[in-house]
Amino acid sequence: MNNEIIYILIASFIGLLSFVLAALAIQSKKLSVAVIATGVVSLFSSILFLLMAAPDVAMTEASIGSGLTTLIYFYVLNKIKKYHA
Amino acid sequence: MLRNLLISLLLLSFVYIFYNLYVGFTPKTELDGIAAHYADKGAAEIGAANLVTAVVVTYRGFDTLGEVTILFLTASIIGFFLKLTEADENKVIIHRGTSELLVTSSNLLVPIIILFGIYVFMNGHLTPGGGFQGGAIIASAVALAILANPNMHINHQIILWVESISGVVFVLIGVLGILLAGGFLDNRVLPQGQFGTLLSAGAIPIIYSFIGLKVGAEISNILEKYQKSQKES
Repeated sequence: MNNEIIYILIASFIGLLSFVLAALAIQSKKLSVAVIATGVVSLFSSILFLLMAAPDVAMTEASIGSGLTTLIYFYVLNKIKKYHA
Repeated sequence: MLRNLLISLLLLSFVYIFYNLYVGFTPKTELDGIAAHYADKGAAEIGAANLVTAVVVTYRGFDTLGEVTILFLTASIIGFFLKLTEADENKVIIHRGTSELLVTSSNLLVPIIILFGIYVFMNGHLTPGGGFQGGAIIASAVALAILANPNMHINHQIILWVESISGVVFVLIGVLGILLAGGFLDNRVLPQGQFGTLLSAGAIPIIYSFIGLKVGAEISNILEKYQKSQKES
């Protein structure tokens, strides 16, 4: 019973943090900050998947969602900056 | 004004829909239908300790083939739209230089991460994870290596061959399933072996290893294309 409360607390804390970071990703003026925020949202959601006993989904989310997607966004961002500056 | 009104109307309707779903949701206390069949008979029929793998590779193997095909299409479309030419080969990426910490740690970590990816897809039928996860982990090792050395040369030919051969072997094992066992992608083309050991669950370890190689090669291919698109002089 006690474990369950701790579990809910951790899960809701992570959920709240990812909400904050998602809002940051939408609101921030700098695109690089937004890209990093989306990456961190993915990382937090992979922790949530792990807490919900889905380690395979967590692995995919951590490597593709927060790793590769962020890198590809930065490649694209770099390419866009060349044309606008 | 009208736009904001419409947006808030849409959001409110979403709230209504999801609230109704939330209120009307009653969790099932026991499995029924096909889920019960998978849970009760999956281990005996397929011989995989990880039931998710039994569903993904054998019961729903055709869907997995579709997913792999979609990933292949994605890689090809990215290659098509990035418009890389032969002249790009000789150019380099101008960057501010990478830190000593990143270079040293990536030299240490890249082989370990690749080894972990191979472990994940070879043990797909025993432990959580499988072909897609293992392939994604291998590709993230490639991403780390690119971060440490932005001008790294990735051998395109190796990626091409690994990807094509894995895809062909995956489909061939599936066709063997029609000839020797119950149907397309049936895993009983090979003996089931001892439950819970590495060489068990029929063809699942082989199929998943090739899926892992294919996914890893495809995502590395996408990364390689993006890396090449950054070259300028």
